[in-house]
This record gives sequence, C-alpha cells and structure tokens, in this order.
Amino acid sequence: MNRYIPHTDEDIKVMLEKIGVKSTDDLFSDIPEDVVFKGEYDIPSAMSEVELRKHFKELGDKNSQLTVFAGGGAYDHYSPSVIGHLLARSEFYTAYTPYQPEISQGTLQYIFEYQSMICELTGLEASNASMYDGATATAEAAMMMVASAKKKNKVLISATVAPRVAEVVKTYTKFHGIELTVIPEKDGVTDLEALQESLKAGDVAGIIVPCPNKYGIIEDFTGVAEKVHAVKALMAMTCDPSTLAVLRTPAEWGADIACGDGQTLGMPMQFGGPYLGFMACSKAQLRKMPGRVVGATKDADGKRAFVLTLQAREQHIRREKATSNICSNQSLMALYATIYVALMGRKGLEEVNKLSCDGAHYLYEKLLSTGKFHKAFDKPFLKEFTVHTDLDIKKTNEYLASKGYMGGIDLGNGLVEFAVTEKRTREEIDEFVTLMLEA
Amino acid sequence: MTIKDNLRYAESHEWVSLEGEIATIGITDYAQHALGDIVYVDMPEIGDEVTAGEDFGAVESVKAASDLYSPVSGEVVEINEALEDEPGLINQDAFANWIMKVKVSDPSEVANLLDAEAYAKICEE
Amino acid sequence: MKYYDKLIFELSRPGRVGYELPKNVFATDGEKEIPSDLLRKSKLDLPEVSELDVVRHYTNLSNKNFGVDTGFYPLGSCTMKYNPKINEEVATMPQFAALHPLQNPETAQGALELYWNLQNALSNLAGFAEFTLNPYAGAHGELTGLMVMRSYHEARGDHKRTKVIVPDSAHGTNPASAMVAGLEVVEVKSRPNGSIDIEDLKPLLNDEVAGIMMTNPNTLGMFETEIVEIAKLVHDAGGLLYYDGANFNPLLGKVRPGDMGFDIMHINLHKTFSTPHGGGGPGSGPVGVAEHLVQFLPNPHVKKSEDGKFYVENGEDALGSVSTFFGNFGVMMKAYAYILSLGKEGIKEVGPMATLNANYIKESLKDDYLLPIEGACKHEFVFDGLRDKSTGVTTLNVAKRLLDYGFHAPTIYFPLLFHESMMIEPTETESLETLEEFIEVMHKVAKEARETPEEVKNAPLTTLVRKLDETTAAKNPILNYKALKNS
Repeated sequence: MNRYIPHTDEDIKVMLEKIGVKSTDDLFSDIPEDVVFKGEYDIPSAMSEVELRKHFKELGDKNSQLTVFAGGGAYDHYSPSVIGHLLARSEFYTAYTPYQPEISQGTLQYIFEYQSMICELTGLEASNASMYDGATATAEAAMMMVASAKKKNKVLISATVAPRVAEVVKTYTKFHGIELTVIPEKDGVTDLEALQESLKAGDVAGIIVPCPNKYGIIEDFTGVAEKVHAVKALMAMTCDPSTLAVLRTPAEWGADIACGDGQTLGMPMQFGGPYLGFMACSKAQLRKMPGRVVGATKDADGKRAFVLTLQAREQHIRREKATSNICSNQSLMALYATIYVALMGRKGLEEVNKLSCDGAHYLYEKLLSTGKFHKAFDKPFLKEFTVHTDLDIKKTNEYLASKGYMGGIDLGNGLVEFAVTEKRTREEIDEFVTLMLEA
Repeated sequence: MTIKDNLRYAESHEWVSLEGEIATIGITDYAQHALGDIVYVDMPEIGDEVTAGEDFGAVESVKAASDLYSPVSGEVVEINEALEDEPGLINQDAFANWIMKVKVSDPSEVANLLDAEAYAKICEE
Repeated sequence: MKYYDKLIFELSRPGRVGYELPKNVFATDGEKEIPSDLLRKSKLDLPEVSELDVVRHYTNLSNKNFGVDTGFYPLGSCTMKYNPKINEEVATMPQFAALHPLQNPETAQGALELYWNLQNALSNLAGFAEFTLNPYAGAHGELTGLMVMRSYHEARGDHKRTKVIVPDSAHGTNPASAMVAGLEVVEVKSRPNGSIDIEDLKPLLNDEVAGIMMTNPNTLGMFETEIVEIAKLVHDAGGLLYYDGANFNPLLGKVRPGDMGFDIMHINLHKTFSTPHGGGGPGSGPVGVAEHLVQFLPNPHVKKSEDGKFYVENGEDALGSVSTFFGNFGVMMKAYAYILSLGKEGIKEVGPMATLNANYIKESLKDDYLLPIEGACKHEFVFDGLRDKSTGVTTLNVAKRLLDYGFHAPTIYFPLLFHESMMIEPTETESLETLEEFIEVMHKVAKEARETPEEVKNAPLTTLVRKLDETTAAKNPILNYKALKNS
C-alpha cells in the first residue's frame, strides 16, 4: 500500500466479507480473461517525495530561464505574489464544479466577479465563466456566429489574426463544416476593401478580426461593424484583455463578441498553460454564447447568492443541439485573473500598458538606430511589434539564448517580432540589443 | 390539463389555428406543464421560412430545453414579442400566448394534423 | 466565523491600490504614437482595493467552499480523489513556471522530457501507441478523438462515414462533441443494466458509420462483458472504437482500453490521475491512439531523436491544432508527479481499491436505497432513489440533506435510465472510516425520510445559503456587478 491508498489488510478483509466475495479479483471476474492485463507496467517504481523533488529539479535544470523579449501569445507579465498564495487555498482548488450552489458560493462568487471584470474590460454586457484558451475561444466564436445566423455558414477571418489562433479556428471549422475564408492583409493590417467585397454576397455569418494583430499592430476598424451588421452578420474580435484597459474596446468598435487569451492578466507562461480563454458578447447574443455562466439570485431566506444559470443552453441538456460541447471552464485560472485585476485595478492596468508600451517603443527606436533593423510597417503598436532585419534570426536567437535571453519570434521573410512587458528594464533592453549585434 | 376542441395539434405538442392563410402556432398546455417554469423562448425571425416537421425554435426551462417543430410550412409573418420579456406567459395560458404566425404555403398540411380527440389520446399515453 | 457576502467591487475606495510596479525610466512616450481613435474612451470601473483587502476577501470566499480537502465527495463519474500536495509544489517550480512555450526546444529540454515521459506512461497504462497531451479537458479530448476518427476515414478516401454511434445512456457531452466534430449521432439502445444492446447495434453498422463512442465500465459502473465482440463487429464494419476515459479509474491495474479493442481514447487527468478539479478546471484531456492513427494526432507533437534530444514537430497528416501551445502543461506536471509517486506497483492498487470501496457502499446501503442492478459494480454504481417511495422524498432532497451533514452530494438524475438516479463513486483514496460515516448518514437520511420527510424536503437547512431561486436567475439573468447594481 502507499500513502494515497489507506486500506489496511484488516480493512480489506472486513469489506470483502460485507460484499460477500473472497478477494478483490472476484470483483473483476466479469472481465473476459483474454483482455485482463497481466503484465508489468513500464513505468518506474514508486518515488518518495525526496526522490520526486530531485527528479523534478533535474528536469527543471534542463530548462533555461531566459529573459524574454518574445510574445506570440504568451507574455512575461508581472504576477503579484498574493495570487499564488490565494490560489493555493485548497477550498478553491480541490472543489468540484459548483453544481451544488449551497456549498460553492466561493467559486460562484469569484466567477461572478470575473464575469464583471471581463464585461468592464470589453465593454460588452455578458461574459461566460471562461473557456480553455484564446484560440479555442475564438473557434467557439466562429461556431457561435454560425449558430446565431441559423442559415448562413460562412465565416471570414482576417489574415492578421495570430497564426496559432487561426490554425485552431481552421481546425474547428473544417470539422464542424463551416466555410472559412481568409480576408487578405495589406501593409500589415486587414484589407478592409477586400472585406467589404466579401460581405457583398450576403452569405457571411460573421467575421473575426484581431486587436492587436499578429504583428502587434493596433488596427483601425472604423466603419467595419456597420458594414458587417448591414448584411446581418456578426463581428468577433480576438484581443488581449490586458490591453483593453487602454485600447478602444470591442464594444466601442461595435463588435458583438470579444474573445481572447487571459494569459496577459499576470499568468505564468508555464510552457503554454494553463491559461484561460475569455468570451463576452452583447445581450442579443447571450443565449447563443457557449460555456458556463454564473448569475445573481436570492436564496430561500432572501440572501443574495450566486448560481450557474442559463444551463438549458449547455451540452448536458441540449446534447447535439448545443452550440458547443464545452462542459468546464478554466475556473482556477478565472480566479487568477480576478485576483490580478482586483489588485491592479484600472490604474495598475494602465501603468502596466504604459510601461510595456514605452519599453517596446524604446527597443523599437534602438533597433532601428542600429541600421540592422528596418521598419516593416509604419503602424501603431503597444507592447509587441514587428521589424525587418538583415540579421540571421535563427543564429541570433541561439546566441541570445546562450546569454540568457529569448529573442524575437521569426515570422519568416526577414520579419521578426519582439514583445516588451513592464518587467523589462532599460538595462536589459540595452544589453539585449548589444548582444544581437554581437551574434 | 386543457385541450381546446377547435384547434389542430402536432405530435410534438404544438397547436395550430388557421384563419385564411395565416396559421397561429403555440405549444400546448400539456407541453408547458411538462416543461415547468419557462425561462426563455427562442423564436424565429419575421421573414424566416419554416417547414412542416422541422424545428423553428426552442423553449427552455431551468433544467430542460425542448425544440419547437413547425406543424406547417410557410413564411413567418409575426412573432409574439411579449414572450421575449415574459416567457412565463406560456405557463399562465399556453393557448392565449401563441409563439408565431405563419403564412402557410399549403393549407392542407393543417388538415393532416391531429384533432383534439386524437391529441388527447397521445397525451394520455 | 461570520457570514461574508461582499463583492470585491463593494470594497472599492477611490484612490486605494493593491500593487507596486517598477518606476518608468523610459524617455519615450509610446502611447503618444497611438492615434486617439484607437484608444479606450469609456470608463473602466474596476475595484480599487488594498493588498490586504484582496487577501481577506478571497480568503473569506474560500471559506464558503467545499472541496476534497474539506470532506468526502461521493460524486459519480467525477472521480474526486485526493489531490496530493507534492503535485502542487512541483507544478509551481520556477524552472517550469517561467518557461515561454515558444522557447527554442534546446532550452526547454526538461519540459519536453516531462511531456514525453507522461505521454509514454499514459500510452503504457492504457495500451496505446501514442498520446497527445494537448487537449485541455475531457470534452476537448473527445472532440480531438473524433477529429482523429474523421481524419482517418478521410485519409482513406472513405468520405461517406459521417455517423457516430452513441449509447442512449451516454453523457450529453458525447453527442455534443460529435456535433462539433461534424458527425451525425445515431443512438444505440442500452439494456436495462446499461450495457449496449448488441442486437440493436448490429443493424446500425454500415459503411456510413465512422465509429462508436463507449465508456467501459458503462455509466452504471458495470463492465461491458461483450466488449470484444462489439469491437469485432464495429471493426468488421469499417468503424473505429472511441473510449471515453471518464471511467478509466477502476481499470488501472486490471485492463487496458487498447487491449479491449479500442482505437482512440481520452483520459481525464483530473479524474484518474489526481489533478485537482479547481472548481471546474483547468483539467486536461490527453488523447491516445493505436498505431495506425498516430499520424493524425494534433500538432504540435513532442518527439525524441536517437541522440536523446527532444524536439517539437508539426506533422503534415495531423488533423490540425486544437490548442495554442502544448495544452495545460501545469496540469500535466501534477499527473506526472502522481504516476511517479504511485509507481508501477502502487498504480495497480488503484482500480481494485476504488472498486472495493464502491461495492462496500453499495452493499451497505441497498437496504434503504433501491439498487436496480445487482452484481459487482466497478468504481461506481447507481441507486434509483430511496427504496420507500411513499414518503415523497426525492433524490434531490437526499442530495441536499447530505450537504447539511458535511458531505458533498452524489451525482443526481444521471444516468437518465432511472427516474431517481443517484450515482455514487467513492474512489480509492477514501478510508473505511470515511465510508462508514457516509453510510451512517445515508441511513440516517433514509430514516428521516420516513419520520420527518418535510425536514428532508426543505434541506439544506444549515448551509451558508439555502435553496436558490434558479428560475428568476434564468428568466432575468444578472451576470455582472453593473447589472446587479442597477437591478
């Protein structure tokens, strides 16, 4: 026996007697003999905590901890110490989905707070309780727009949506049977003339546009929502929630749906997850929005309380008629985001963006001044930007890694994309640029 | 449970009343009772084409949802907007609170539906 | 402890802050470069609170929650086992937490090795050729598995296969996943004991069937003894078998799904492999496949070269991508720690002890609760409510009364095969004493149902909040603080 299985020999004896069998094998006697596993598992013998810690440390030491100047969907933002301590409360992390509201008010209330914050950031009226990640949330938005349009089956996606997000949308729509058409890019932004042309036939259920886009550019979508709505289509924006504290919101652009990845709300990069996907929508689209939703109500004594609501939309009731198959949320990560936003507040988020933006522009200017980097697009950006370079990006990045830095992301054709967060100091930026020239 | 004599019924628990070429459609008292407190009615849009036997919307209670099947084919000419704010009206009176009106393309479809007596039998089963 | 029901927004005081950021030393003003049309105009109404406000607020909220560390969760189909603490510790190690997913694989060898080791351990435990760890949850794994299924048929030019057979007793997620994957659901009937009716299955099998989704043990906790025959029938008809790993726990140490004839499966790491449910997530839903399907698994793939280096590969034949990066890596770390803690010997005890616990509760309670299916169950079983139906006390009432006694409720009204379903799964981590306490309380509730039924019907009576008005919540949804303030 081991520390996670408490049965003593005596316990087992008592239990077998009650059940009326001689051994636990008898409980499996209905399994056909030829499928029973009789071999030995090819995994190591049990490790003590001492050995386990050592093993994890050995694995950890094979990773290099780098000073990060890349984004591409994961950003090295600052994580306040408080969050880790509160997330470690086992009343939160060992709880099940709050289907029993009487003993789950803690979870239900923080989800309500999370939804409130996402609504504030996006400007939209309803948010779900979170989804897997930004890419799947965007794919769900595509399905939601088609479900909402009823008879139309075509979704347009801008070529400037981040490639990893676009790839997941492409995968989902391919299997789901949605016709996905890419709106081309022009000078680093969505080609709005091409978009307008694509809308003409009137067969479009919705469009997906990014903010910021895959180059870090903040695009101007003036007039887009009007054109989309004129053909009874919907507009979804895939965006970075941290930047919404300063950038024009999806609601202000006239979008019906906002989605994206919550990682930028201070979450550790953790080699890609867990993060969360957020989704918010206008009131008109609420009933088609996938995922769990928490609402406020009262209990039998009139006390304010929170509960999972609008469940009749979900897969466990609607089965194949549901908009989505999702039946969980990234709840603990929603708590992460909630505590982060609570600590930072409006001022903190504005400051995070200001610091990141100023640092990014400092790096940008510095890179251009070396003569080895050139403007790729002359467009506004916040914390992430793309430039042309004469350098061998692969070789440069390998050299940077050997010096403890993660360089920009190679976008091909001599384009390289850098990201700067509030954690990067001026000294780091200066050294980073010097090292690149050395490589 | 009420069943009205002057109406026609679908096995999927919708009722129809035909006046000229306009069919008024709702769900039956039996259906509202089975669902319990109705919290939302997903209605079609004016101008939508509906087909007999195919779904045109859904009604939701707290823990259940039921698709609505159109008993007739034609074009939706009116929807009961009052249900948008007060879906519970159906619980109060399922016959007074219709869901949509359809300009029927084939009035004979109505004749093929169940009469009150036949529908009552289905409910008993 | 005092009752606490404030929202963080209600603690807000203008000017209060809960953070401190580095000083801005950049002379550049980046935001000035952004045209004002592209900037936010509307007010951003977020809480303004101190650090201690935040700490106390969320600590108070945590006190309003029940978790596995609080007490026993007899929650059928959810495998609420103990969440070992060492797993939490190693998962927050900075050598992994600070790792960017797009770092050059050369600089992330430890993370890739962990992914590779876990993928191999799962393949070995489940009897498959390879696993992808990218899917984020069970439902996501199901969807990915069905995409594998379709990719396989498509690659063979077998475009007709667009139907998937799902038992009528299956959880709603199965048909919903099929719908998302673009497959049409065909239901196969269950026999009274929840097993698939082979005679009903046979005529459904034809050249339009992509495959069948099953779980074994089935939703009633009974082993599908005819699985070998079912596998042969489906394979002979050209279909594939999908194994929903929701009920994998009792098979650990006993049977491997791959050996039963399944081609594809997903595993819920948050069930069988002890990672916490987190109040609804993050989970993780790795998908394993037999040899002939490996090429279709989603990108990215983690591979090991002959010189022992790990690398990342994006395959041409892959179904596409279902995640931005490598899935919920932090969750994988915990599952990996769990497997190593149990080791090859300990893991063999999981299925038998989980099964022993379930049968013990079943035999101890069947005098008061109606057991529709006799015989040895596996990890879980279903009661059809109280034996004595004359009291009017329902399964819901019993479930809510359990909350008063400090237990979580069982899974109720699922499966749909019975009117008063009450699905109980104790897991192997619960001791005999805990089971005895639960059994005693269940008997007590049955007695109350006979003697003071009104009290049971009004339960819960002692929880922080009582029965909630769910109808009003759904009719007039209030989904955020702004709406609540204005209501």
